[in-house]
Amino acid sequence: MQRIGVFVCWCGSNIAGTVDVQAVSDALKNEPGVVFSTNYQYMCSQAGQNMIKDAVAEHKLTGIVVCSCSPRMHEATFRKTAAAAGINPYMVEIANIREQCSWVHKDMVTGTEKAIILGKAAVAKVNLNTPLTPGESPVTKRALVIGGGIAGIQTALDIADAGFPVDIVEKKPTIGGKMAQLDKTFPTLDCAACILTPKMVDVAQNDKIRIFSYSEVTDVKGFVGNFDVTIKKHARYVKEDICTGCGACTEKCPMKKVPNEFNLGMDNRSAIYIPFAQAVPKVATIDPNYCNMLKNGKCGVCSKVCAAGAIDYKQQDEFIEEKYGAIVVATGFNPISMDKFDEFAYNQSKDVITSLEFERLTNAAGPTAGKLLRPSDLKHPHTIVFVQCVGSRCDACAEKGKEYCSKICCMYTAKHAMLTRDKYPDTDVYVFYIDVRTPGKNFDEFYRRAVEEYGVHYIKGMVGKVTPEGDKLKVQASDLLANKQLHIDADLVVLAAAIEPDKSARPLATMLTASMDTNDFFTEAHPKLRPVESPTAGVFLSGACQGPKDIPETVSQAGAAASKVIGLLAKDKLTGNPCVASSNELMCNGCSTCERVCPYGAITYENKEFRMPDRTTAIRRIAVVNPAVCQGCGCCTVACPSGAMDLRGFANSQIIAEVDAICK
Amino acid sequence: MKVSYFPGCTLKTKAKELDAYARKCAEVLGVTLEEIEDWQCCGGVFSTSRDEVATKLSSVRALKAANDKEQPLVTVCSACHNVIKQTNHQVQTDAEFADKVNRYMAPEAPYSGETAVYHYLEMLRDLVGFDKIKEKVVNPQTGKKIAAYYGCLLLRPNKVMQMDDPENPSIIEDFIRAIGAQPVIYASRNECCGGYVTMESPELAKKKSNAVTGNAAAAGAEMMVTACPLCRYNLVKNGSEIPVVYFTELLAEALGVKEDTNA
Repeated sequence: MQRIGVFVCWCGSNIAGTVDVQAVSDALKNEPGVVFSTNYQYMCSQAGQNMIKDAVAEHKLTGIVVCSCSPRMHEATFRKTAAAAGINPYMVEIANIREQCSWVHKDMVTGTEKAIILGKAAVAKVNLNTPLTPGESPVTKRALVIGGGIAGIQTALDIADAGFPVDIVEKKPTIGGKMAQLDKTFPTLDCAACILTPKMVDVAQNDKIRIFSYSEVTDVKGFVGNFDVTIKKHARYVKEDICTGCGACTEKCPMKKVPNEFNLGMDNRSAIYIPFAQAVPKVATIDPNYCNMLKNGKCGVCSKVCAAGAIDYKQQDEFIEEKYGAIVVATGFNPISMDKFDEFAYNQSKDVITSLEFERLTNAAGPTAGKLLRPSDLKHPHTIVFVQCVGSRCDACAEKGKEYCSKICCMYTAKHAMLTRDKYPDTDVYVFYIDVRTPGKNFDEFYRRAVEEYGVHYIKGMVGKVTPEGDKLKVQASDLLANKQLHIDADLVVLAAAIEPDKSARPLATMLTASMDTNDFFTEAHPKLRPVESPTAGVFLSGACQGPKDIPETVSQAGAAASKVIGLLAKDKLTGNPCVASSNELMCNGCSTCERVCPYGAITYENKEFRMPDRTTAIRRIAVVNPAVCQGCGCCTVACPSGAMDLRGFANSQIIAEVDAICK
Repeated sequence: MKVSYFPGCTLKTKAKELDAYARKCAEVLGVTLEEIEDWQCCGGVFSTSRDEVATKLSSVRALKAANDKEQPLVTVCSACHNVIKQTNHQVQTDAEFADKVNRYMAPEAPYSGETAVYHYLEMLRDLVGFDKIKEKVVNPQTGKKIAAYYGCLLLRPNKVMQMDDPENPSIIEDFIRAIGAQPVIYASRNECCGGYVTMESPELAKKKSNAVTGNAAAAGAEMMVTACPLCRYNLVKNGSEIPVVYFTELLAEALGVKEDTNA
């Protein structure tokens, strides 16, 4: 028989306001196994915890019930108290009489009655508790960062700086991500390349960091501290270690009509290419969809001109298996497709462009060498209309747009408008907005400058229609503050397209068993208190894969994710959760039901020899749970038809005892 | 297949050809249009005042008549379709309104929005199938560059009409492809022609109409098709530089039954 102590917390007036705590501790005094029962103002305080420790010593307690707040709040606190008092921490049960009782009830009578019932259930459970000891697992001291944009770069640099090896997996031929495509960055207008490329070089030169470019993660197994990851390195048909990045091949390649993705298709590149001048790694890649040699065996020019002899048309995809202790997701974002927004005539006119395309048009390394020329006739546009929230904050049209605010558009549009007016004062610039949202350090000042110093016409209202006519774009819009219809003949229309998570995020989340929201952004473990951790242990989040973010915010989150990874990798051993499933091999009939429902792949089968009553031996297939992988969700215990599977700390018998106590 | 058919007033007067070709083509496609007995004018435009009942009764009667025969209700005129579909939606979603109209009409069994309402174009797409039309075409309109003109009533409000994407529609373009012609995409295809404003302010309607036809012609269209008599009236009256025809006329031509029809 257990010797149980009951400790009822007032939580100031949080509990005591609607629950008669004295009545609760009195009522629970008479429950089976209870030898001591008391109440106190703040059980979690030092004095409260000492009260528990003293009672353990005085009454030789073997189990503890704390009637207080949610176990999410203070279960760990009281487990530590128990351990300090010399009892196994898993002999502590929390009866949640705050969130699930005092906070939801208004009158003392029902509140007290329910608190007593919840307390009785906890006592019934503790009577069946057994001491549990968590297992330990080693930690592989290497981190994986998936995505090589500014988020991934910063995370990798910070982890490497702490002395741990890091691998970056980037699906494009170079790291750099979206930031490499930007011209200037708000609110200080420093050039994106000037602040990004030194970091890219740092990554390349850091001996703790390996870059797997043109690669993807194809499989993830294992668990926190011990992930087994398969990386597919796509064949780039160029030997990375030999290529010097001289670019001779890209100049001589006869196939020059390939849409250049770095400039968003606004100019062309060759079939063998280096994405941009500062690419890291600076090696060439052959695009197999356009290379004549790879398609029909006729050409081979690049191989002839390559002085280093780096071209290898026979190169194959390579699979690399590596162990990691932690994984950081930094898969980033993309602007949404404008196909469904035909009212803005994006597909009808070359002069209707997205903001990212505008970045390339103003970038010195872009298709127009930084001169603002409109794509259709390469003339200088004299009237530019910027449309904000294209696909963002879309409620009624959720099918084609996104319900959320994309967050970065107000600021980059202000930047585009300001820079245009600065460089081309003869140009009229209109910005149509629903609201201008500029929370951020020096952000609102920046926007005000665009309006007040640079004379950008900010108009509250949305554009309803863009009609290409001749060489003009007829923009029909409403000015909500003046309450009138506007018709503007524009030369260029720039759409601030909503941003969405990269398409690779969804399959990756499945591989990592990391959760996502309805928009495919990764979910954080706690929106306020654990913003860079995924609920899956050992998986961390960096940058826009978790939600729309600008560069300053991405960099701070990247650093935060890195510090969490460093904290994990600094440990030599990880303590597991002892509340895991286990199978009673005598009852298991090897039906595989549990294996099918297990979301973590923690269950395997083995054939085991059993001694039968008639002294013969028989080989039977039985389920085996890997306690390091099991998360204790309990799916298998419910699914098991023979009742062989049980969850430690939440055994079927314990749950039934609780239900019995409640229904008594 | 038999369906209930609501032609509407304009199809009996100014837009007789829209009606005649619709009937002829349906026959070829194996659909019998059974005209609702004693139908009344739909009211011309949906009254947006929530407590308006009387003007919506004729629509409910037509819906109820189709329901009694357990048939879907097919319309051709964009305006009729809009009014009837919106009224049906109001019966489905507004219990107080449904109660009121049933008290007015006092039918044997109350009507609560069961009838499925199809525009003739939707009938072609969903009940007949554009593939089947393609098979039945004897006179493919190959090489014709045709601009689809949706106007405003056919697609909006999208929540109720549920016909096509109101900003990026494709149903008429798909129809144009089915009869072998080439659709021309232009920006103003779902803009308003001026509608009834033509009575109040002919100048404004002219401006709207000309914007539409001018845009279609500039995009290279040789011809425009529409489902709406009012659209056609406005576009033609205001001097469209390219011919504007009803989609049923074009369908009849493609199906080889245009000559037999005494429009």
